[in-house]
Amino acid sequence: MEWETVIGLEIHAQLATNSKIFSGSSTAYGAEPNTQANLVDLGMPGVLPVLNKKAVELAIRLGLAIDAEIAPRSIFARKNYFYPDSPKGYQISQYELPIVGLGHMDIQLENGDTKRIGITRAHLEEDAGKSLHEDFQGQTGIDLNRAGTPLLEIVSEPDMRNAKEAVAYMKKLHALVRYLGVGDGNMQEGSFRCDANVSVRRPGAEFGTRAEIKNLNSFKFIERAINHEVERQIDIIESGGKVVQETRLYDPDKDETRSMRSKEDANDYRYFPDPDLLPVEITPADIEAVRATMPELPDAKKQRFMAEYALTAYDASLLTLSREVADYFEAVAQGCGDAKLAANWVNGEVSKTLADNEMEIAAVPVSSAALIELLKRIQDNTVSNKIARDVFAAMWNGEGSADAIIDKKGLKQITDTSAIEAVIDEIIANNPGQVAEYRSGKDKLFGFFVGQAMRASKGKANPNTLNDILKQKLEG
Amino acid sequence: MSQADSIHTLSLKGIHDGVHTGKFSVMEATDAYLDRIERFNPELNAYITVTRESAQAQAVDIDNRIRKGELTGAMAGVPYSLKDLFCSEGVRTTCASNMLSNFISPYDAHVAAKLKAAGGVLLGKNNMDEFAMGSSNETSAFGNVCNPWDTTKVPGGSSGGGAATIAARLAPMTLGTDTGGSIRQPASFCNITGIKPTYGRISRYGMIAFASSLDQCGPMAPSAEDCAITMNIIAGLDSRDSTSVDLPVPDYTANLNGSLEGLRIGLPKEFFAEGLDAQVGAVIDRAIKEFQAKGAIIKEVTLPNSHLAVPVYYVVAPAECSSNLSRFDGVRFGHRCENPKDLMDLYERSRWEGFGDEVKRRIMIGTYALSAGYYDAYYLKAQQVRRLIKQDFEAAFKDVDVIMGPSCPTTAFGIGAKKDDPIAMYLEDLYTIPVSLAGLPGMTFPIGFAADGLPVGMQLVGNYFEEARMLNIAHQYQQWTDWHTQVPAQFA
Repeated sequence: MEWETVIGLEIHAQLATNSKIFSGSSTAYGAEPNTQANLVDLGMPGVLPVLNKKAVELAIRLGLAIDAEIAPRSIFARKNYFYPDSPKGYQISQYELPIVGLGHMDIQLENGDTKRIGITRAHLEEDAGKSLHEDFQGQTGIDLNRAGTPLLEIVSEPDMRNAKEAVAYMKKLHALVRYLGVGDGNMQEGSFRCDANVSVRRPGAEFGTRAEIKNLNSFKFIERAINHEVERQIDIIESGGKVVQETRLYDPDKDETRSMRSKEDANDYRYFPDPDLLPVEITPADIEAVRATMPELPDAKKQRFMAEYALTAYDASLLTLSREVADYFEAVAQGCGDAKLAANWVNGEVSKTLADNEMEIAAVPVSSAALIELLKRIQDNTVSNKIARDVFAAMWNGEGSADAIIDKKGLKQITDTSAIEAVIDEIIANNPGQVAEYRSGKDKLFGFFVGQAMRASKGKANPNTLNDILKQKLEG
Repeated sequence: MSQADSIHTLSLKGIHDGVHTGKFSVMEATDAYLDRIERFNPELNAYITVTRESAQAQAVDIDNRIRKGELTGAMAGVPYSLKDLFCSEGVRTTCASNMLSNFISPYDAHVAAKLKAAGGVLLGKNNMDEFAMGSSNETSAFGNVCNPWDTTKVPGGSSGGGAATIAARLAPMTLGTDTGGSIRQPASFCNITGIKPTYGRISRYGMIAFASSLDQCGPMAPSAEDCAITMNIIAGLDSRDSTSVDLPVPDYTANLNGSLEGLRIGLPKEFFAEGLDAQVGAVIDRAIKEFQAKGAIIKEVTLPNSHLAVPVYYVVAPAECSSNLSRFDGVRFGHRCENPKDLMDLYERSRWEGFGDEVKRRIMIGTYALSAGYYDAYYLKAQQVRRLIKQDFEAAFKDVDVIMGPSCPTTAFGIGAKKDDPIAMYLEDLYTIPVSLAGLPGMTFPIGFAADGLPVGMQLVGNYFEEARMLNIAHQYQQWTDWHTQVPAQFA
């Protein structure tokens, strides 16, 4: 029997503010425990929160990018629950009136179609601290450095129908958050985390009972966790059982989800408006001021790349996945004057080497200017595309500029016809049998001679020149 | 009589002038009060903590700075006390609760820092109802406070320790807080002047929160002039309190002598109806006639929703308190139970042991009122009625300049009389709570004694941010009368 999966995602994006959402403490990651927690973060008696306006601005930025309504008046609410890393006994969040209302985002499906995913809302809230269980025998340590870090919780509609769509949505949102400078999206540091609401149903039927899977902090895990959860739910239903509404935790080591708490155990958070904070009032002028600072968005950039640089949709999508890659590409394309060549290199050698080294473009050791120099050597026939890849590898390893490496390693392409002729003459002389076979009609052997000649010239022979001369001599 | 024996009879201005003209030193003034506290506090229990050593150290320093001309302001060299819910750096700040009996605050509340910077000398921290929840100062974990006018009576609450302190002249000024009447009711019971300014006029930063949308700090002292001098120092915007208001702060002493000719005083008919003790009513009526004789125009006004104020308050305030007091969980500061067996046990026992009955009662009421399924019927409804109460006042202020009436329905009641009847206790604040819910400024000033010999205070309510007008009115009254200078014989 056929089952349809229904997925909605709640994504927590940490906002790129220097200080916390309600206090002046730094939000920098990785400090010694409790060194970035001031009186307010510690929830000392008598302290009060003061809203960081930058967090509001960043929320508006994201709201504009997903074409959402920005609430003229939104309210902070207290979410009451006890936990040791929640210093006040409540989390300041938004409940009834979030800052960002209904919006949407289009994702690219594998078959090339576009699908629109609804975004219900996005609201501002503060992060909790961390409980440290490892270092204290039989006790729990509390680190409140993270407490009060600003988060934007972005809640989607249950519009995704399989794990791949969920991943595509999450990737797109991740790129968008980084594009906009709303957050750094660092998933290892927990700056971009996801909870997935998953249910199954017969196509066209009412929504099934959902389970919420917590703390999915990589694209790989989310896909696996959802697929695993879908199988689990189908198994339950097909063996006559009922899915219970509950919160489940994904364990990446065992590749399984396990129950955290059922609906019955769920907290009653007793939300109510936080009396310590005034409503957030946002005027149309405030929104326009933010809009004026918005960068070009990925979809617009992709269209522009296709039009301006005559790129394929595929190339343009890859190049606009991140703003840094797009900027790098544009610099290279403009510098060398050949967008197609630049696209091939950025999507090819550059991306591949970054992936091999698990690096981000921000850390790329070959600057756009350095790459331009190399591509110019391809364009003026100093090196072949193939040799250029070797030069690029050397540049990556810090061996110098393109010209210096070409020079030092003697990789300059041989365009001198007499030198190439000499090489070819020698090969023809040494391989009389193959020459005879070729001349008797075995065309395929042409490749053999090209290979021999390239090897003899250490790859430096200009391939076009070599082909021409070889053809000429073999036809004899 | 030596000079030190009469320092406590001086006003803030009198003390300031005394130390600045060299009549006596700040140290002499400080010691005079410290000695009185030592002598009388055992009987009254008005102070939880007396900061004798730091007060004397401050006095030395301030004497020096005054001599050098570095400190000249109106509070320079003036001793004062604080209700024990203002955080004071390096000083135990208990909120009169076992939960915080070991809590040494690492920082100063905004107002504490202001008074310190102005050269005031902190004498100690006053007793109060636990976490400011109570109207008799009987919920304190540090014992009840006795009313200096009759030590078998309560001083009122929650700022009861502060009111008794001023009535017995154990400090020339103290800061209290008022959530539903906690400055005005004890001021009435103890024959002192106290003002709860407009919500937002004074920063709440460093005031341990009871009900955040209602809590407001204010001065308590013998006279309106003393309160005005203090207001000049503590009022104004503070960027650390988002609800503090960015409006210019007037000089509250500038217009104390303004004329009351033509002043339109509104008397809410609901405040003079059933429930008001006749002997209190008689004193109020007499004082109103005195204002009339000075050229004020008396008008009846109506606050038709004011009878809903107490029930509304006992939803809103407990709801906020149930959340505000969640931070007292035994994890980071305050009381922690012995040998907790797990996290839940740590929470449950620490809170069970740390909080007293009234605090627990309000946490439970508030938790219930905010619970899923009840929120709309209680919290939301209460907020809607709160708006109606505010609108009643707005309508009344279209016809009158200020509103007057009793601060409390009775004079001070006996210790223990209402302790086991929370509802009777809650009704103590019948006349003060509507003002708090509206966020309006309200004050109490002494207007005489009832037939039972106990003091009666007049409640004066102004429009938003009209504290200067209110202080002017009370000050004028205090020019014709001497009720505010009267002190119980044994504390004279």
